[in-house]
Amino acid sequence: MKSVRNHLSLVIALLSIIFSMQVYLIAERSIEAYRVNLAQNYSVIAVSKKRLEQNEILSINNIISDAKELSPDSVIEKLGSDMKSSNFELLKLTLPKFYKLSLTHYPTPDEVKNLRRDLLKNSSITKVEDFSHTHDKTYKLLLLFKNVVGLFAIVVFVVTVLLITKELKIWQYKHNERMSIMGLFGAALWLRSAILFRLAIVDALIATLLAFGIFTYLASSPLILEQFANIGINIVIFDQVDDLLLILGVAMSISILLASLIVLGHKEEA
Amino acid sequence: MDKVIIAKDLSLSYSSSETIINKADFSVNSGSFVFITGASGSGKSTLLKSLFGALKPKQGSLVVGGVELKGVSRSKLNFLRRHIGIVFQDYKLVKEWTIDKNIMLPLLINGYVKNVASNQVDKLLKHVRLNHQSGKFPLELSGGEQQRAAMARALAHNPVLILADEPTGNLDEYSSQLIWNLLEGANSQLNTTVIVVTHNIPKTLNVDYKHFHIEYGSIHEVC
Ligand SMILES: Nc1ncnc2c1ncn2[C@@H]1O[C@H](COP(=O)(O)OP(=O)(O)OP(=O)(O)O)[C@@H](O)[C@H]1O
Ligand SMILES: [Mg+2]
Repeated sequence: MKSVRNHLSLVIALLSIIFSMQVYLIAERSIEAYRVNLAQNYSVIAVSKKRLEQNEILSINNIISDAKELSPDSVIEKLGSDMKSSNFELLKLTLPKFYKLSLTHYPTPDEVKNLRRDLLKNSSITKVEDFSHTHDKTYKLLLLFKNVVGLFAIVVFVVTVLLITKELKIWQYKHNERMSIMGLFGAALWLRSAILFRLAIVDALIATLLAFGIFTYLASSPLILEQFANIGINIVIFDQVDDLLLILGVAMSISILLASLIVLGHKEEA
Repeated sequence: MDKVIIAKDLSLSYSSSETIINKADFSVNSGSFVFITGASGSGKSTLLKSLFGALKPKQGSLVVGGVELKGVSRSKLNFLRRHIGIVFQDYKLVKEWTIDKNIMLPLLINGYVKNVASNQVDKLLKHVRLNHQSGKFPLELSGGEQQRAAMARALAHNPVLILADEPTGNLDEYSSQLIWNLLEGANSQLNTTVIVVTHNIPKTLNVDYKHFHIEYGSIHEVC
């Protein structure tokens, strides 16, 4: 019981740090996936008097990743008139060309403005529809998300520092006496701190293992998967290799740093 | 005869304002038995602290086991301490360790093999009449039992020098006699130098001893 309590406090501190870090990663990934999603669904329509080559369009601004000519049929269909088919053919020839431009990434409002300006510089392009009103709104929402996650990261960082400082004090108090006594009997520094480092490493391993179990479970939990499916985002919630290594690295660094700080700050009693 | 301790013009203090020991000159021969007495607060524990390097000389020189403690390096001090056994006035047992492990500490530090060390611990527990308390933690023992555990730890590695700060302070007559016998035994059989701070020198001691008295910051040799 006593030894369990010895490990518990640091393991809990480490776990909460790991947990926040992973949640932050998931939020980041969701936003990134959402951005890609948006970029795929967002496009600009350009109207041109004459047919334009794909290359010519692509060279206008390098944010353009693809240009598709829209079939006039659908445009005419939307007119929904009951014209004669011969008139249809005539209309088709006189109609301007419509191009749907896909972009490499979800643009900022400035990028949209620049794109519009560049497109209109081309003498044959007469009109550009960039859906800027909807774009602005969506973009602001994305920025809000990013800011919230960023804020979350800062809060986590501050809480981490506080947790670690508190843990440091508890540890210092707990280990100082033993280290002093060992020193009074001539134990070298490495021997005096060996227990501390062993405890730090074991605790980091325990925390990593627990986190691995929790996230593996969460990542396969139908409840969580359903949530992500509902918002139409498909991301890696927990990568059992990369994320595990990251967690292990973070847990080890924090606890070894903690142990080193205690060893460095250790004062012998006079 | 070899000198284990040579103090010349030694001054000790915790702060610049108050000097606890003032310009003391004394020496201790190897293999001798020494008592240090003095009123409470006279500086007996302070003097012992200086002998194992926990308090550096403010002035003068202090040589213990051939090592000058003024400005001694950490590694040299560690080396010296491995040959000293100390009984602290407040015992200084490691609370989260059993008394067995506490007694084993100097053996582990001196690199004894595990089973040799645990045999030695068993023997010592019997010597100080604590074998029935084996496996207990310090706070589960009485004050006197903790004191005897501290004595066992000081004897564990057959040190060259034993420094004991009121080792019978919490003991009844029977247990006190036990401690004196152990210290006497180490002194006469292993030629260990023994320095004991005490308020009452036992009358039944079978070895010759020296007696220093501390008063007003000076150390006098009584006999
Ligand atoms: N760590 C310390 N810091 C500052 N002053 C101290 C410290 N330890 C002891 N002193 C002071 O040094 C003086 C001598 O203390 P010391 O412990 O050596 O006395 P002592 O002779 O061992 O007394 P006792 O018989 O009560 O154990 C005391 O006045 C005490 O206040
Ligand atoms: Mg004292």
